Amino acid sequence: MRENQKIVIIDYGAGNIQSIKFAIKRLGLEARLSSDAEEIRSADKVIFPGVGEAGSAMKMLRSTGLDKIIPGLTQPVLGICLGMQLMCNHSEEVDTKGLGIFDADVKRFENNVKVPQIGWNQITNLESHLFDNVESGEYVYLVHSYYVPECKDEIARTEYGVNYSTALHRNNFYGVQFHPEKSSKTGEHILKNFLNLEL
Amino acid sequence: MLTKRIIPCLDIKNGRTVKGINFVDLRDAGDPVELAAAYAEKGADELVFLDISATEEKRKTLAKLCYKVAEQLNIPFTVGGGISSVEDVDILLQNGADKVSINSSAVKNPDLINQLSEKFGSQCVVVAIDAKNINGKWTVHLVGGKVPTELDLFEWAKEVEQRGAGEILFTSMDHDGTKNGFANEALAKLSSELNIPIIASGGAGKIEHFRDTFQKGKADAALAASVFHFKEIEIFQLKEELKSAGIPVRI
Repeated sequence: MRENQKIVIIDYGAGNIQSIKFAIKRLGLEARLSSDAEEIRSADKVIFPGVGEAGSAMKMLRSTGLDKIIPGLTQPVLGICLGMQLMCNHSEEVDTKGLGIFDADVKRFENNVKVPQIGWNQITNLESHLFDNVESGEYVYLVHSYYVPECKDEIARTEYGVNYSTALHRNNFYGVQFHPEKSSKTGEHILKNFLNLEL
Repeated sequence: MLTKRIIPCLDIKNGRTVKGINFVDLRDAGDPVELAAAYAEKGADELVFLDISATEEKRKTLAKLCYKVAEQLNIPFTVGGGISSVEDVDILLQNGADKVSINSSAVKNPDLINQLSEKFGSQCVVVAIDAKNINGKWTVHLVGGKVPTELDLFEWAKEVEQRGAGEILFTSMDHDGTKNGFANEALAKLSSELNIPIIASGGAGKIEHFRDTFQKGKADAALAASVFHFKEIEIFQLKEELKSAGIPVRI
C-alpha cells in the first residue's frame, strides 16, 4: 500500500464515519474527513460513506454542492452502503434521484424476507481487483432495507430473497453495499485492495 | 445466505467489564476493549455492551468506551443501558457505536423510537424488551425485569416495529439465568408476527439451546453472556455444531 497517499472520507453529516476512519488506521494509514471540494478533488482516494435515509442524505449533498463534485471525481472513489445507493440513478426510498454514476435503480426488499437485512451474508461472482485475496462465498456485514438489483456494473453478488448486486464498478467508481469496516478480515482485505488501486 | 448471529453480551460498570469473566488468556479481563477483540477473534458476529453503572459520569464513560472499542473492533457492536434521548444516541454513534439499544426509555416515551429511526435510520435502533409469562400472558417488565407494566409483549413488539425499530432484543425473564434454553415459543410467535430481525436472549446453557432457538424459535440471532464468559461454550465449536445441524453460520 502506498503509505503517503491522501485519503479523504466525504463528511456530509452521515453517520458511521468514525468506524471507517478507524478501519483505515488499523491498516496503518490515516484518512481525513472533509466536505471541502478542493480537498476532496486533490485526494488520492475518496470514500463516500452513508447511513440513514436516502432522501435526506441527497438533500445534504445538494445543499453543500457535493452532488456536483462527486460525479466529476477522477481518482478511485468507494461508496459504502447508502453511499453506493446514492451513486445510482434513482432510489425507491422516498423517490430519490441519485448521482447517476451507476446505471441502476435501487429497490426495497419485498416482505418475503425480514427487512432490514441485518447480519453476515456471502459475496459471490467476484469480478474485480477490489476482491483480490477474497474467495467467493466469504462473509461480509450488511445492514440495509434497499438493494441494487442485478445490473451491468455488478462486481459481486449476494442472495437475500433475490440475487442482487452487492458491489458495483464503473470507471474510477466503486460501490459496496456491505460495511468493509465492520466485516472482520474479509473487510480489511477489501479496504486494503481499494487503497492499493492505481488507475 | 444470511447467517444466524452469535452475540456475546458484556456488562459494563464504570467503563470496566463486570467481574466474573473467566478468560485466562487475557491480560486484563476487566478491559472491555481487550475482551471485545478476543471475542471478535473467536468468531463472535457482533457484540453488545450493556452499561449497568448508575453514576452521573455514566454518559461520558460510555462514549469514551465506544470510541476505544470502535478503534479496535472490526465487527459491529451495540451499546445499551440507560439511553434515553436523541442526544445520548447522537454522542454514542459519533463515538463509533453501530447501534444503540433502548428499553425502559422506549416504554416511557415510545415516540423516542420514531425520533431515533428518523434521525439515524432504523438500522441502528434496537429495542430491548424484557418480558415474563404471567398466567399465560407475556407481560413487559422494566428495570431488569423487576417492574411489571400493562404492556403485552406481542402488542408492544408490533408497535415498536411500526415506530421504526430495526431489531428487537427479546429477553425472557422466566428463562434468563436458568441455563435451560431460550423462550422458543414466544420467540417463534414474535418472528412470525413481525418482519424485523429478532435477537433471542435469556436461557442459554448448552449448544443445543442455540440450535433450538434458531430452528424452533426462528430467532435471527442469539445473545448470551455467562456461557461465553466462563468458556462453558466456545463460539467456534458452537458454530461448527450449528453448521452440522444445517443452520447457516459464519465460520
